[in-house]
Amino acid sequence: MSDLNKLNIGEAQKKLVAQEISSRELTEACLTQARSVNSDLNIYLELWETEALKEADKIDAARARGDELGALAGIPIALKDNLLFEGHEVTAASKILKGYRAAYSATVVQRLRAAGAIFVGRTNMDEFAMGSSTENSAYGPTKNPWDPTRTPGGSSGGSAAAVAANTCLAALGSDTGGSIRQPAALCGVVGTKPTYGRVSRYGLMAMASSLDQIGPFTKTVKDAAQILQVIENDDPRDSTSVVLEETTVPDLIPKDIRGLKIGVPKEYFISGIEPDVEKLVRDAIKKLENLGAEIREISLPHSDYGLAAYYVIMPAEVSSNLARFDGIRYGARAKEVKSLYELYTKSRGEGFGNESRRRIMLGTYGLSAGYYDAYYNQAQKVRTLIANDFREAFKDVDCLVTPTSPTVAFKLGERFADPLTMYLADIFTVSANLAGVPGISVPCGTVEKEGKPLPVGLQFMARHFGESTMFRVAHVYEQANNSNNNKSV
Amino acid sequence: MAQLSRDEVEHIAALARLHLTEEEKNVFGTQLSSILDYVAKLQTVDTSAVKPLDHVLDVKNVTRNDEVKPYGATSRTLIIENFPGQTGDLLSVPAVFEQTTENF
Repeated sequence: MSDLNKLNIGEAQKKLVAQEISSRELTEACLTQARSVNSDLNIYLELWETEALKEADKIDAARARGDELGALAGIPIALKDNLLFEGHEVTAASKILKGYRAAYSATVVQRLRAAGAIFVGRTNMDEFAMGSSTENSAYGPTKNPWDPTRTPGGSSGGSAAAVAANTCLAALGSDTGGSIRQPAALCGVVGTKPTYGRVSRYGLMAMASSLDQIGPFTKTVKDAAQILQVIENDDPRDSTSVVLEETTVPDLIPKDIRGLKIGVPKEYFISGIEPDVEKLVRDAIKKLENLGAEIREISLPHSDYGLAAYYVIMPAEVSSNLARFDGIRYGARAKEVKSLYELYTKSRGEGFGNESRRRIMLGTYGLSAGYYDAYYNQAQKVRTLIANDFREAFKDVDCLVTPTSPTVAFKLGERFADPLTMYLADIFTVSANLAGVPGISVPCGTVEKEGKPLPVGLQFMARHFGESTMFRVAHVYEQANNSNNNKSV
Repeated sequence: MAQLSRDEVEHIAALARLHLTEEEKNVFGTQLSSILDYVAKLQTVDTSAVKPLDHVLDVKNVTRNDEVKPYGATSRTLIIENFPGQTGDLLSVPAVFEQTTENF
């Protein structure tokens, strides 16, 4: 009974529909686990226990009555602290929004709620999604459930750890340069970044508007497809969201990859990858070949410029998006200031952490008079070249496979002092955001360090709106590898 | 080596309306300089034949009719409750035209 939190969504749904278990039992198991690990791992900034159990009871009653229920009825899900849920505190793990209560719910939250999902709490993250380790949170770092002396990755480290530690059956995160895929890799769970425009960003606190996407952390690929099916598709409130020609249908994920052409970009296998990580990724590629796929070495020639382009474009958009935090309409307002100017500078200076201020300044500089052409404009042109690389590659192959992260989970504090070293964690993930293509990270094994196994992630990318191909290859690999072994703490 | 001067750091901070302590001006200046150094590699790319990428997808302007739609009553209440300063239903702010110390 008390192991119900270890189920995945597919398994839980079978038992709920058969009324073998109740949503209350399932939710209680998750909440009990969340409570027991949270003081050590700092996964959740807030647990919504009373409300979650109330919702669970409602779903159970509706099921007993024979009412029609949504696709995710009774499934406990966690939300990253940058997704608005009406009436609930939401802070982007920043001091500047401490006590702020969401005035409306994000579209993805509304859709999950309509499908019957139970929200268990909001998860820790790097402040305003800026970081690759969750150490930039104003509320303390999250620890990796596989080894609490290490980071879970970031910026959605809390959501990744929440699923890895079996405190919920799925969690939502956001991915601007790898913030779902990288922590998924470091925490041994499945992390999915949809095509740009597939999922509405309404109600996601904006970081970089041309790069952000919301996506799920799950224990299996099929679960990810199921969540995507609920949250995807156009939304009149997000003009960058698109009417999909075909929506995601989990049961129709074709079950084999014979003849599928998979490209291995050679630029993703040069310096910087830990040898043990590379070996596991190479083994996985061999496995894909044994499963019938055709493996081809390809080139994405401008890969080396991806991180640089990202760290010009993203901070520029960040500097614009975070201008709204000025102490006027919401958020922290500095006291004892002598002028409006000082109200702005002190509210922002005191409310934002170091990384947020660094990136705002970087972006401001890159957009300022005299520098716009050399920085922002040039980076956006390089971005065109990067997007073209993917377009060319997908003329010859159906999907790409790469490592997700060059290393396994690193120690807390190891990279914190040097921003640039931290940025290198995203080297394999940023290009997908720049080009707008979908990406998924699935576990492909572990590497032992100091006697503890640490997960490694395998990344698949597909063309725009090619999620069905991406899920297909990820699912087949996962089943063959039996790799949905998430940590029970 | 792109080394930001102290003046430049102060100028950027002013543009971004960010207060920095003297210590932070030093530390951030060094850190930002090293990041700018890294992104300078973008200058080596020949972009003469390309345009900036304005949108990753092939979508055009999305428009709708200019119709007023009522906003939720709960949302309105929450918005007002989030005001850092409040007088009734109104957002209260410091008077703008009093005591400015702007000097740039």
